[in-house]
Amino acid sequence: MKNEPLPQLHIPEPLHRPGDRPDFGYLNIPEPADTACPDPLVRPSEIRDLAFSLIRVLDADGIATGAWNPKLLPELLRRALAAILLTRAYDDRMYRGQRQGKTSFYMKCTGEEAIAVGQAFALSRDDMLFPTYRQQGLLIARDWSLVDMMCQVYSNSRDRLKGRQMPVFYSSKEAGFFSISGNLGTQFSQAVGWAMAAAYKHDNRIAAAWIGEGATAEPDFHHALTFASIFKAPVILNVVNNQWAISSFSGIAGAEQTTFAARALGFGIPALRVDGNDLLAVYAVTRWAADRARSNGGPTLIELFSYRADAHSSSDDPSKYRPKGEADIWPLGDPMLRLKQHLIRLGEWSEARHSVAEAEATERVRAADREAQSYGTLSDGPGHSPGTMFEDVFKEMPLHLRRQRQQAGY
Amino acid sequence: MAAMTMVQAINSALDICLTRDPDVVIFGEDVGYFGGVFRCTEGLQRKHGRTRTFDTPIAEGGILAVAVGMGAYGLRPVVEIQFADYIYPATDQLISEAARLRHRSGGEFSAPITVRTPCGGGIYGGQTHSQSPEAIFTHVCGIKTVMPSNPYDAKGLLISAIEDDDPVIFFEPKRLYNGPFDGHHNRPVTSWTNHPLGEVPAEYYRVELGKASTARQGSTVTVLAYGTMVHVALAAVEESGVDAEILDLRTLVPLDLDAIVESVRKTGRCVIVHEATLTGGFGAELAALVQEHCFYSLYAPILRVAGWDTPYPHALEWSYFPGPARVADALRQVMEAS
Repeated sequence: MKNEPLPQLHIPEPLHRPGDRPDFGYLNIPEPADTACPDPLVRPSEIRDLAFSLIRVLDADGIATGAWNPKLLPELLRRALAAILLTRAYDDRMYRGQRQGKTSFYMKCTGEEAIAVGQAFALSRDDMLFPTYRQQGLLIARDWSLVDMMCQVYSNSRDRLKGRQMPVFYSSKEAGFFSISGNLGTQFSQAVGWAMAAAYKHDNRIAAAWIGEGATAEPDFHHALTFASIFKAPVILNVVNNQWAISSFSGIAGAEQTTFAARALGFGIPALRVDGNDLLAVYAVTRWAADRARSNGGPTLIELFSYRADAHSSSDDPSKYRPKGEADIWPLGDPMLRLKQHLIRLGEWSEARHSVAEAEATERVRAADREAQSYGTLSDGPGHSPGTMFEDVFKEMPLHLRRQRQQAGY
Repeated sequence: MAAMTMVQAINSALDICLTRDPDVVIFGEDVGYFGGVFRCTEGLQRKHGRTRTFDTPIAEGGILAVAVGMGAYGLRPVVEIQFADYIYPATDQLISEAARLRHRSGGEFSAPITVRTPCGGGIYGGQTHSQSPEAIFTHVCGIKTVMPSNPYDAKGLLISAIEDDDPVIFFEPKRLYNGPFDGHHNRPVTSWTNHPLGEVPAEYYRVELGKASTARQGSTVTVLAYGTMVHVALAAVEESGVDAEILDLRTLVPLDLDAIVESVRKTGRCVIVHEATLTGGFGAELAALVQEHCFYSLYAPILRVAGWDTPYPHALEWSYFPGPARVADALRQVMEAS
């Protein structure tokens, strides 16, 4: 007995910290040919291995291959690439705007664009989306107005949310994009309720929800899986594993012990783990899950394995907690460059066309920004009248709020 | 008209709403086949079908989240939280989501949810089956808070709550489910059968949210009460001989401030009674409002009678409960003060 080690508290710690040389050699990255593509109505117990594998379509040379190849038409691929370029140009512009003091806060999705864009293309336009703050690509891929998004970021006079929400907390019923909450995870279980309502109404629309790997620790994640499983809700539950929850590496959310996809197995929910930087693979798994949900097969959990290439937000400095250059050596590469390479390989794209497309995206964003700023910015106004603060607390303003509005001088 | 218990009145309201509106769905722990631990949903699944009234897993936060999602879709969910003491895991979805959704989405999304939940003690429920957490929710902007004191109001208010387009928390004082309990726990139980407010129309009717009712007219002191405490106050008035006016607030948010002000300006005295703990309770808000609006009409300090600032005890619950003797003391005290 006396040689037995004493119990020790384990505190997970990433392999590399600032000053270390980053290295992802420990990651096991299978080839596209390594994963089979089952029928969407397969029993979850028959595809448990997909929760631990990594579904990929694009190989290192940019060739689409393997059982999951969605065989997308070049026209759709070019539209997806354009949406990624537009998302990136939009992020760059708005981030700069924040740095110039035109608004209080901004969040980019650099390196994760293939997730929102690929999934938006795989879903129907009227499916309902319950995103986090890093899926602006959903709105862009649905051709939502950039000016409208920017007005929200600037909290200006045309902000439909009337300056009530922090920048990037978009909401658009018309775009099928649910109001974003700052309390992480809440939308995940709400999406299940929306999907249950659709099934109750025999409506073939489905819901899709997103959550970060960090927020899977929230009870809402557990609620979502529990209710989705029990009531066979037509919902796609997406875990975006971008490795970092602000400064906490994925080990703080439980990644050392198993995958996030594997969380679904105990609920009898099929789990797919996918290369989140491979737009074709993202599209394929999303389409698979959507087909399953629309065929009354119930929910699917998808872990989108990616890397948060930039800071958490405009208030964050990742050099304080992770090595510089990690994004550059991320073994799954840059989603935009991989899609571009694939299109070039197909003979459907060229460096010259790419430069033109990039310039077009930048110009479109610049023009939209000029228009949005003409409606005001957070720093210089105009915004909404303070009297509007008292509206929409309730459908009809009760007496005590009418009195308070009067007291406030409006 | 038929005599109904509060349980039957609530059941009737739910039945009517299910019948009138196909978008109404009812769910919660044990509410389906079994009909709820207090029997409020008895027979509804059999009559309206499994997808209209169904059981959920034991996850209050999940129940509320699903209700928010259903509300965003366009349904009108009515959920039961089995005991108000169990509502805390759902507070993030209630406070940060349901209550804020209309405002934060610029009016595009809303959560027309009714949360029914039994509250209050007097059933030997100890600290986890006896609480009255209404003040936690009156503090949250964007939620309406209702607590009926009798079967007639319970049915009319519940129909109004379900038809309301904002989230409503509907507290059901469980000690009133089967009779008008006045706090005398050692006397025989009285039923709703011979009580005028136990006479409940079988058909549809509404009692408007945000309106108090006068449970007793009086001239020398105003008692502000709701739920079980309305009946306790009635007993205390009878036993003290003080000619008090008792207002049954019925809805705490929005509050019928005008009725309160009118009564206190007439009587010049005010006693506030609630079963919930004293500090930070809704009585504090009421006292503040009364002094803001009626200060120059007051002859005596405003008094509050409430549960002690302790967890609700099991064996000693009648020492905790603000019964008629404590209310009568307060009535005498405000009369002697001037």
